[in-house]
Amino acid sequence: MTVTAELKDVTKAYGSKIVVDAVNLQIREGEILALLGPNGSGKTTILKILAFIESPTSGEVTFQGEKVNFKNTEKERLQSTLVFQKTTVFGTSVYNNIAYGLKIRKVPKETRDREVKKALELVKLEGFEKRNARKLSGGEQQRVAIARALVLNTKLLLLDEPTANLDPKNAGILEEVIDTVNRENKITIVMATHNMFQAKKLPHRIALMDEGKITEVGTPAEVFGKLSKNLASFAAVDNTFTGTAKATAAGTSKVDVGNGVQIEITAQRQGATVVFINPQDIILSKAAVESSARNVFKGKITEITDLDPLVKLKVDVGKPFTVQITKRSFSEMGLCLNAEVFITFKASSVHVF
Amino acid sequence: MADVLGDIVEALQLIVTGDPEILGIVSRSLLFSGTAVILAILWGTPLAMLIAMKDFRGKTVIKTFLNTLIGLPTVVLGLILFLIFSRGGPLGFLGLLYTPAAIMIGQAILVTPILVSIGVSAIESVDPEIMSLSKTLGASESQAQVAVLKEAASGIILSDLASFNRAIGELGVVLLVGGNIAGFGNRTDVLTTAISRNVQIGETGLAIALGILLVLILFTINIIVVVLRKANYIVELAKGPYAKLKRSRETKR
Repeated sequence: MTVTAELKDVTKAYGSKIVVDAVNLQIREGEILALLGPNGSGKTTILKILAFIESPTSGEVTFQGEKVNFKNTEKERLQSTLVFQKTTVFGTSVYNNIAYGLKIRKVPKETRDREVKKALELVKLEGFEKRNARKLSGGEQQRVAIARALVLNTKLLLLDEPTANLDPKNAGILEEVIDTVNRENKITIVMATHNMFQAKKLPHRIALMDEGKITEVGTPAEVFGKLSKNLASFAAVDNTFTGTAKATAAGTSKVDVGNGVQIEITAQRQGATVVFINPQDIILSKAAVESSARNVFKGKITEITDLDPLVKLKVDVGKPFTVQITKRSFSEMGLCLNAEVFITFKASSVHVF
Repeated sequence: MADVLGDIVEALQLIVTGDPEILGIVSRSLLFSGTAVILAILWGTPLAMLIAMKDFRGKTVIKTFLNTLIGLPTVVLGLILFLIFSRGGPLGFLGLLYTPAAIMIGQAILVTPILVSIGVSAIESVDPEIMSLSKTLGASESQAQVAVLKEAASGIILSDLASFNRAIGELGVVLLVGGNIAGFGNRTDVLTTAISRNVQIGETGLAIALGILLVLILFTINIIVVVLRKANYIVELAKGPYAKLKRSRETKR
């Protein structure tokens, strides 16, 4: 097993605020490693340190067997690239965006054209070369950002919540791309996510993060298997709830997650259980809808975040749920803070750990 | 009243017939102010980049100071420069007083605060992530700065045009360090100073003609700004002839 990068006792503080706290982490060649944790747990900072655009306050980083000198990381930066959570594109054509890193690496024009074309095919944006990147939709811009990183064929590819702001279609395309470049191009990937479902599906290993510390590292099976130990960390992740399950007469189970919220699941369970509901699987409505879905809760909107083209809402139904809807639905439904809404999801779309 | 009308008619005649005296004055104005702005760009752009991109103590003080300098009465600046360039002054040995060079240097100094302050706000309004983005794509520190500068291109061009506007309409500095020399040798009279002199010696028609042309030049520049902004060509322009060349090559294929 070759180690691509390693963090040894890495701490990062901004003023007196410690955001990464004595982290030790090995990134193995060829793997997909997911940093799973709630917002503000230090995932982004670790990625920026691994991208060599942020230097640790203390501790040591090695990259490809060599200790990194953070005073000058120009050489290392050519081998590690980060795709930001907030999509940023240069105010120029899609071609110029994707070719930027290749131009810096002095790749000849013919090769550049070919590589840009290949990268655009990979993210399903064929023929977009001449379009103005700023005029694309949010999802398309994020795909341009991924293509711009992929085209560089770096040793290490870092993705910060690559699908957090995307609709299911764009998110699906990206997950496929991540899987493909890892398998076929053998690119080592570190991705930050607070989506439990994604963390279970894509990566080879998961590093569970909470308050700047890594609390657990292992394969998804190992990490999710030690649920009781990591309950606190899991509970901080969006739409993840812990509670006690009881079988129902109908062959399903109900998980009591507290505050009067009982979530119905299809699996037969007894005792301590962790459930996760993908924010995209939740239907939001102003009145209770009659449907086959087993879980319907009434609550109030407590937080609205604009993630163009999506809107992320926090709905308090006794427990806080994160719901993602399109901006269009949001304005058509005339939603606002404190509005009373219903959330609905199927028992079969609840992921049980 | 009839006098004024007569002067205006004379002015229009002078413009239409392309009077060589007028042409000389206009081209001197364009040449001096153009050179002055280029000089100011050469030292002002790096200065704007430094102020906008680096974090240092006293940044706000410097920005406030620059804004104050924009409002400095030009006669005062002219006086300071006169003292510096005059024979007994620190740079007197260069013999620059009352030469075209003195005008160009004077105008360049005059427009620097405008150029730098508009430039700083243009650079500061660029998404701060652009710097990190360029770096993570492999750019060195200076390459990343160029990327930021490209994003700020429209604002930077605006600052250059505003500087040219200010330079060509300037009287105080030009009068004091240029001397408004007409008639022989290295002439230093330009639109503004020639207007002032011709009014004094009673050549009102000539003064009006020069005034009309000065306003026309300013108007044209402002039209260019509006059109460029509207058509969003400014960004393209900033990428320079290379981008255009590449485009034409691509279409040929």
